[in-house]
Amino acid sequence: MTEIPKEEYLFKCTSACAGCSSSLVLRYVLKAAGPDTVLVMPACCTSVIQGIYPNTAMNVPVYNVAFAAAAACASGMSASFRAAKKSTNVIVYAGDGGTVDIGIQALSGAFERRTDFLYICYDNEAYGNTGMQRSGATPTGARTTTTPGGKPDTKKDIDRIVEAHDPPYMATACSAYPHDLFKKVTKALSIRGPKFIHVLAPCPPGWRYPTEQTVEMGKLAVKTGMWVLFEREYGKVTINGPSRAAMIKPLPVEEYLGPQGRFKGISREAVDALVSLARRNAKRLSLEEEGVC
Amino acid sequence: MLTIATGNKAVAAAVKQVSPEVIAAYPITPQTEIVEQIAEYVTNGELKSQYIPVESEHSAMAACIGASITGARTFTATSSHGLLYMHEMVNWAAGGRLPIVMANVNRALGPGWNIWAEHTDSMQERDTGWLQVYVSTVQEAYDTTLMAFRIAEHNDVLLPVMVNLDGFSLSHINQSLETVDLGDFIPPLRLPHAIDVKNPRGYGPLTGPEDYFKFRWDIERSMRDSVKVVESTEKEFFRRFGRSYGFTDDYQCEDADVVVVSMGTLGKEAEVSIDLLRKEGIKAGSMRIRWLRPFPKLDLKGRDVVVIDRDYSFGYGGILADAVRSKCRADPYSVIAGLGGQEVTYDDIAGFIRGRRPGEESWFGVTPDV
Repeated sequence: MTEIPKEEYLFKCTSACAGCSSSLVLRYVLKAAGPDTVLVMPACCTSVIQGIYPNTAMNVPVYNVAFAAAAACASGMSASFRAAKKSTNVIVYAGDGGTVDIGIQALSGAFERRTDFLYICYDNEAYGNTGMQRSGATPTGARTTTTPGGKPDTKKDIDRIVEAHDPPYMATACSAYPHDLFKKVTKALSIRGPKFIHVLAPCPPGWRYPTEQTVEMGKLAVKTGMWVLFEREYGKVTINGPSRAAMIKPLPVEEYLGPQGRFKGISREAVDALVSLARRNAKRLSLEEEGVC
Repeated sequence: MLTIATGNKAVAAAVKQVSPEVIAAYPITPQTEIVEQIAEYVTNGELKSQYIPVESEHSAMAACIGASITGARTFTATSSHGLLYMHEMVNWAAGGRLPIVMANVNRALGPGWNIWAEHTDSMQERDTGWLQVYVSTVQEAYDTTLMAFRIAEHNDVLLPVMVNLDGFSLSHINQSLETVDLGDFIPPLRLPHAIDVKNPRGYGPLTGPEDYFKFRWDIERSMRDSVKVVESTEKEFFRRFGRSYGFTDDYQCEDADVVVVSMGTLGKEAEVSIDLLRKEGIKAGSMRIRWLRPFPKLDLKGRDVVVIDRDYSFGYGGILADAVRSKCRADPYSVIAGLGGQEVTYDDIAGFIRGRRPGEESWFGVTPDV
């Protein structure tokens, strides 16, 4: 078992919703990163969660910046720190909308320029802060306030987009697996260059499930194979334990979709599309892991 | 050292001497020469800056913001569509109280594509909390860029400064340039609110109306305080290097019955018109506005005023004419001229002054009476 430090950098006075998994994610990210860290934050749920001026729940400096600007802002910050021979961790902590939609150009630019930083996308699969509008990361069939009939389109595969930039390290994680997340953040920060961690962060009000099920919901995402935990280190893929088990014998997808109000009344075709996408993704990753492709 | 340079090269030369820690920029005509020259300086080791070749102007300003908040001196350059593309971050830089210096090579906005001089680009940024200065010669571009860093980084200011130079008619014009031995003219930057991991703070979090309102007032207070800093910087520049410019560059205004007010290269052109008119016995003067923000006090009482706007606010009027009208209680003859690089000669300007009709507006070469 990994030893997780007792020090807290996210205090208990956040403005997070009950059962918020993204604040759990942030808590473990900061425990792994430690005090020599600056967070760069575009508009996202954590813009609010961190507290309202003059109070803050954060015990590391947080630079809030415009929605599309996080990765570029981090580029400047990282360049300045490294020029001053400072090894301060520069971590972008951004939601899925700020990553896969409006922030994708800056993200792509920063990765292409080999910026020394860690980009963490916590993915609650919609614009949560503004009340759950669809994002490019919303899965097929999910009802949001702007897809009241369920999203007809497919979730954008940001991991493959980031992969195309050939970063030295990238991974997926899930709020329900904090040790796995902690290890990945620690590893990412030990590597120089652009790193990416994509964390699934279930959202009780947005996904419409009871707050006490937030950890369970993350586990179900992994156990049904709808979310795959993997790392890509210098191009080499490793599928992590829980997902390896899920690939052999996944739980029925209904166990994950059923408790979520956002999937209420989802069509059979949409469920099939979700499952087929997940299986295709898992297959591709395992082939890559085996070195077949 | 006496040399010959374009407006762009003069800006780059000044930036080299100031040596910002971080420069982030994206190329756009007619600014390209500035970033190319800086990239060359960095590559050949003459400039020790971190040069970040960003993928957009929005990211250029964002990268400058990220660097600046660590306490680093930063610079960028842009033009026209690039300036407007970074508009959101232009606001963020001022709101974040970051002393970033930016050169903007004034250029018209599309459509249609037009790469020539016009001021509408930077005029659209006039309410962002940036200090704005407009220059008219290669020497002035160089001197003002140097001064911009000292002013922006002054503890009583801590606001970004935009140095504006006309596309092509200054950016690509060769003139003589006297470079200076900078010495300690620009002291080291000490940003009081720089990020310090030992003293973690939240920057720009959710802020309620009352606190937000105070922060806005604080920008305006510093903008007002910047007047003295601009004056003292000009004074110090003159003491050390023998050149000064002022908030406005006045030419034969003392006894003038009519004053033509303009910005940028047209203001230099206007000086020739004044000579011409004086020979005809018309007591004319030229007042070239250098600092648009903070807007200077202009002494125009008891004279006819002609304002040349190389910009326009549709459905309203010339932006400079509006400022002169409201700030100086003048009733100027508003001439809209030079949009999209339209050629405006000293003869033309002399014509505006001779044929002035206070209170009216004319579009040079478009409305039939100019």
